[in-house]
Amino acid sequence: MAKKNKKEITLDLSSDWGLAPAPESTSHIKLKKKYDLFIGGKFVKPKSGKYFDTINPATEEVLAQIAEADDKDVDLAVKSARKAYDNVWSKLSGKERGKYIYRIARLIQERAREFSVIESLDGGKTIRESRDIDIPLAAAHFFYHAGWADKLEYAFPNRKPEALGVVGQITPWNFPMLMIAWKIAPALATGNTVVLKPAETTSLTALKLAELFQDAGLPDGVVNIVTGHGTTGSHIVNHPDVNKVAFTGSTGVGKIIMKAIAGTNKKSTMELGGKAANIIMEDAPLDQAVEGVINGIFFNQGHVCCAGSRLYIQESVYPIVMRKLKDRMQALVVGDPMDKNTDIGAINSKKQLDTIKNYIKLGKAEGAEMYQPKCNLPKKGYWVPPTLFTNVAQSSTIAKEEIFGPVLAIQTFRTIDEVINKANNTPYGLSAGVWSDKGSKVFNLTSQMKAGVVWANTYNKFDPTSPFGGYKESGHGREGGMQGLEAYLKFD
Amino acid sequence: MERLEILKTYKIYIGGAFPRTESGRYYAPFVNKTPIGNICLSSRKDVRNAVVAARSAQSGWAGKSAANRSQILYRIAEILEGRRAQFQSELELQGSSKANATKEINATIDRLIYFAGWCDKVTQVFGSVNPVASSHFNFSTQEPTGVVGIIAPEDSSLLGLVSFIAPVIASGNTCVVLASENMPLCSITFAEVLATSDVPGGVVNILTGNTKELLEHFGKHMDVNAIFYGRSSDDEIKKLQTLAIDNLKRIKIKSEGDYLNDKWENPYLILDFMEVKTTWHPIEAISATGSVY
Repeated sequence: MAKKNKKEITLDLSSDWGLAPAPESTSHIKLKKKYDLFIGGKFVKPKSGKYFDTINPATEEVLAQIAEADDKDVDLAVKSARKAYDNVWSKLSGKERGKYIYRIARLIQERAREFSVIESLDGGKTIRESRDIDIPLAAAHFFYHAGWADKLEYAFPNRKPEALGVVGQITPWNFPMLMIAWKIAPALATGNTVVLKPAETTSLTALKLAELFQDAGLPDGVVNIVTGHGTTGSHIVNHPDVNKVAFTGSTGVGKIIMKAIAGTNKKSTMELGGKAANIIMEDAPLDQAVEGVINGIFFNQGHVCCAGSRLYIQESVYPIVMRKLKDRMQALVVGDPMDKNTDIGAINSKKQLDTIKNYIKLGKAEGAEMYQPKCNLPKKGYWVPPTLFTNVAQSSTIAKEEIFGPVLAIQTFRTIDEVINKANNTPYGLSAGVWSDKGSKVFNLTSQMKAGVVWANTYNKFDPTSPFGGYKESGHGREGGMQGLEAYLKFD
Repeated sequence: MERLEILKTYKIYIGGAFPRTESGRYYAPFVNKTPIGNICLSSRKDVRNAVVAARSAQSGWAGKSAANRSQILYRIAEILEGRRAQFQSELELQGSSKANATKEINATIDRLIYFAGWCDKVTQVFGSVNPVASSHFNFSTQEPTGVVGIIAPEDSSLLGLVSFIAPVIASGNTCVVLASENMPLCSITFAEVLATSDVPGGVVNILTGNTKELLEHFGKHMDVNAIFYGRSSDDEIKKLQTLAIDNLKRIKIKSEGDYLNDKWENPYLILDFMEVKTTWHPIEAISATGSVY
């Protein structure tokens, strides 16, 4: 309902437009109280004897206990992956390997809702997102890569592609199941065996996937899942019998890993941070652009490495875009991730909540102007309302550093040259977005962006056939598409 | 009292339905001097009906996402795997040994999986972005040719049939198939697999009948865009090539007999029934400086 204010007319949907709760049922999911490590096709107790809690960030309730793998556990996992590689996996034809991966894809599709519910409970993301994006895309990644297993020579003509051996993979907490699919599917399709460590706050779907591997009859040891914190990951990175490290996470940790493997023969792919520019030209379809900006920064609570966290608006349309943006933000529903009306769920962890809050404090301290719509946030759990900052400079910390939360830094520009320079003036280069109704201008901008993925008149689109990865300090190597296969192969 | 077995009526497959031939005619192929059933002797009108069905299904099939077509081809393999017993007995009835029939069924299922995998890869591998000298974004990608007539191999009623159908439909073509004349049983049972596999009606249409009678109706039909011919009669080939000229049908001939051979698994069979489309789009060059970062 429109509410009259002395200064301006603003939308306030929170008081009058209530939505009836539409909770997703959790009665059909099966969770164990305690999860062990998945090594050699079996769940085994950790040598460390240690377990840690995984909690629901929306309620702060404990969901299950997760094993903490130490160096001995990781060594066992690598040995089992090596054995599976030598004795079974490397001896299978591409065709038979592909059939296992197809099975995995089909089983994920069959159990998609269960995985979606667990993903939302464990990670705080909305059920609508996990149900419509994360889990279906994860299945699609397995399905797509299954088909590559017996067709690799067409992707790399005259190069005789061969598997690397045992690959170590470390995945993040923002898209737990999807990132696991991005890692495991190409690794298996190209004939490698895997030791994977999921993020410590979101291990559950990885462990459910382990159960699914058993159902699929995947040979023992082809995929091993060792849960734990950063130290567990470092044991994988430093293990001498790991041929490759694939990492998705922060640029800081990525650099530590690069340092650790420097001088070894280990290959690596790094999918690291980003600070994407989302550019609105004056001739853009503004409603569509505003929707894209909202999706670009508030999708998955802003826990997205390719989030459009820097918005550049051409000066002539700045007032109208700002009004539309604020109106749209008023309509966003923040709260229970399990409610199908929710747009923005819970922040993944207490630690990340503190990080985001710190950046918001810093933004204000540096003189930027903050706007947050009115939200009734739940009492328990970790929440940040959608936030934007104006009066931001290129040199502002919130415009330079990756916040990994629902915080948007807005600047303006006059000429196309100016925005190209501003957009590219960052050590990151993962993604960018451009909005204009003029095709020739769009292609000019997309070709000028120093970024691995550029979205034009859309944002945050992902597909197994489309390579993803960054320029500069956003990492190296690509995941997905034909190019993503290369990271898991060696050539004569 | 002994139970009397129910015998199966073999009908043709047009637009997702199983009609009898409009001509009402039949023929009875023999194996070892024993007739194996009354089979529809399809007519010119059946061919024409099937082409109409194929044409109406074509844009919808091509319009599905490649990933979706991939899953549907995989689904055909899933359903075929579950009906192997029936194919086993029909292949044996048509004269195959038990071991060879099993081998043929396995290879057929795997062949479908192979081509399923190509649906969302073929344009990725064979398309291109062309570095034209002017300021244009210029790319070439393949699109399905349209409606394809398939004269299926005579000597391999399941594996041969599927080796011809799978690459044609993988890219979004629809087809009208003339099944093996003397071994038609598997083709109709395969139609029943298609009908229960999420394959939209009309994408594959399967006719049984006399090649001599029907070949020219395939060749002459102005709404058939291409023909995939799997037999080895020089007369028939010449006839098709001549008839095809009227509407410049693409004619592809593959007469090799050993369908178990891996050479039947390659993406070029898909490309044979695709057209290359090139798109030009301007790139504004107003920012002459480029970026310094």
